Amino acid sequence: MTVTQSGFRNALIDADLAVPEGLKDGRGAPAGARFAVYRNNVVLSLTEALSTGFPLVHKLLGSQTFDRLAGVFVRAHPPRSPLMMHYGAALPDFLDSFEPLAHIGYLSDCARLDLAIRRSYHAGDAEPLDPLRLQQDPRAVMALQISPSPATQVLCSNWPLFDIWRFNMIPDAPKPEAVPQDVMVTRADFDPQPHLLPSGAALWLDALTAGHSLGAASEKAAATHPTFDLASTLTLALSTAALTENTTKEIQ
Amino acid sequence: MSNTMKTVAIASAVAAAFVAQSTTAQAAAKEKCYGVSVAGANDCAAGPGTTCAGTSTVDYQGNAWTLVDAGTCAEIELPDMADGTPRQGSLEELERDLPA
Amino acid sequence: MLDTSQGSDRLPLAPGVGYKSQHFNDVMEDPGPVAWLEIHAENYMGDGGRPHAQLRALRERFALSVHGVGLSIGGADPLDKAHLTRLKDLVAWTKPASFSEHLAWSTHGAEFLNDLLPLPYTNATLDRVADHIDEVQETLGCQMLLENPSSYLAFAESTWSETDFLAKLVRRTGCGLLLDVNNVFISATNLGYSPQGYIDAYPLAAVGEIHVGGHDEDTDDHGAPLLIDSHSKPVVDPVWGLLAYALAKTGPRPVLVEWDTDVPDWSTLRAEANRAARALIPAS
Repeated sequence: MTVTQSGFRNALIDADLAVPEGLKDGRGAPAGARFAVYRNNVVLSLTEALSTGFPLVHKLLGSQTFDRLAGVFVRAHPPRSPLMMHYGAALPDFLDSFEPLAHIGYLSDCARLDLAIRRSYHAGDAEPLDPLRLQQDPRAVMALQISPSPATQVLCSNWPLFDIWRFNMIPDAPKPEAVPQDVMVTRADFDPQPHLLPSGAALWLDALTAGHSLGAASEKAAATHPTFDLASTLTLALSTAALTENTTKEIQ
Repeated sequence: MSNTMKTVAIASAVAAAFVAQSTTAQAAAKEKCYGVSVAGANDCAAGPGTTCAGTSTVDYQGNAWTLVDAGTCAEIELPDMADGTPRQGSLEELERDLPA
Repeated sequence: MLDTSQGSDRLPLAPGVGYKSQHFNDVMEDPGPVAWLEIHAENYMGDGGRPHAQLRALRERFALSVHGVGLSIGGADPLDKAHLTRLKDLVAWTKPASFSEHLAWSTHGAEFLNDLLPLPYTNATLDRVADHIDEVQETLGCQMLLENPSSYLAFAESTWSETDFLAKLVRRTGCGLLLDVNNVFISATNLGYSPQGYIDAYPLAAVGEIHVGGHDEDTDDHGAPLLIDSHSKPVVDPVWGLLAYALAKTGPRPVLVEWDTDVPDWSTLRAEANRAARALIPAS
């Protein structure tokens, strides 16, 4: 009686399937509930990975609802990589089409923010742009090739995403107001931190990522967002180590 | 705007940002993490026993999804989006699913 | 078969602990008897940030053991080449004194099931695992240690005892072994054999490292004890006893305390390391 890894895997994921024949206890009797140890390890460890990896979603739903969501998600989307630090990348899109929780429209963007924070935490190190590089001839500054650091993540939401995050994670923060918000996650040192982006800043960061110079990106942002303010955007970006100069440097 | 004007505008914005950032950089560095360090870590430990999550039959149909121990989403009151984006998630819909 | 002669960078014959990032400051300031640290390889395969920064600091001060938990050496599929490359890169920059993995499978097709799943001990499994060990050792350019699993059930199709199976793998591949005495205690209890008898039959000359850890207690369908390898508690006395039994036969070996769930504060973990240090004294 051969137990294939396919058969073992299927019975792990679907508890309605019988325990594969050929699995025994120490006396040759059918393994029975002993197989549940593995079922439990798989589902519980993945659920645990999701609840620590999606703290905002977890807080919004509460433990019981989150665990039920996880029970569905982990079976539909087991990890595709042995790196658990990446697990759950499929959760935001899953939530977008998950009918039982569809009434919480902002939930998937909250999952995207949780993911962005985790990506920022594990992102590559980069030398932050030295503000002194901006203390030179304005034409040279305009031509500077800078881009968001690898740890900088940008999310554009139709929901008050920053306010929802702050309301859940910062004591005594105000309730969210009904405005769409863009959020930038940066990692000045080792701890990712979300920031509310001013108008046009997300487009400005995108333009820098696309390779536009500081001057060209600023013009693009101002053209689309009349209230784009380079001074406040740059202030935020410099004070949060969001930018790096495009001379890739290996740190190790 | 002429090119010179653009350059001047950007230069003044850069100068303003340069002054402003130096006062906030220290504060930003002190922010604490939100438990990211343990999020999704690999280990070789087993879970507790035979009886819970792994063997429960998972249902996701119908009415069973009322938020039994509603998290903080019950406290967030968001009417339709200010920008008119057609999305679900109004306060009314949220309340309907809460236990009476 | 790889040349199994050991280099000079071996783990100290002293206690180590499974490293947890929350212990960073404590372990740097007050390591107590801890002379080396074991890291789970997969947690350091991001691109940078705190995990890499901590590792750069730790490796200046401690000998390191890189312990893989995701390679799926017993998998029916070929080894994940991308993952092997990540392991090679990690080993290249951290320069560990040891690399180890598990006699288990965890990947099926493209899915990673995040658990150490059991294998039948058959000739077919032996051929596959031996090939995978060869591939790992060739890729990393060093000997690896293979860890005995904790078992909750057995396969009717098995034709080898676990100890004979491991001994055969050692002879075929030149790999070393990581003897987890907590796993021995768990498997022996769960499957109803003598843990001392298991150690007597174990190819002890190949042991390059020993693990101890805590476990949970449950029962099976018939009320028989079922121990679960939770790494969530202090090491129990019978497992310390088994460590002493093994060390009396092997002589001093690097001994690691594993604590992965409900991780305690540093002083509690250090106290476990102290106990491991005392266990090593008679063997020295």
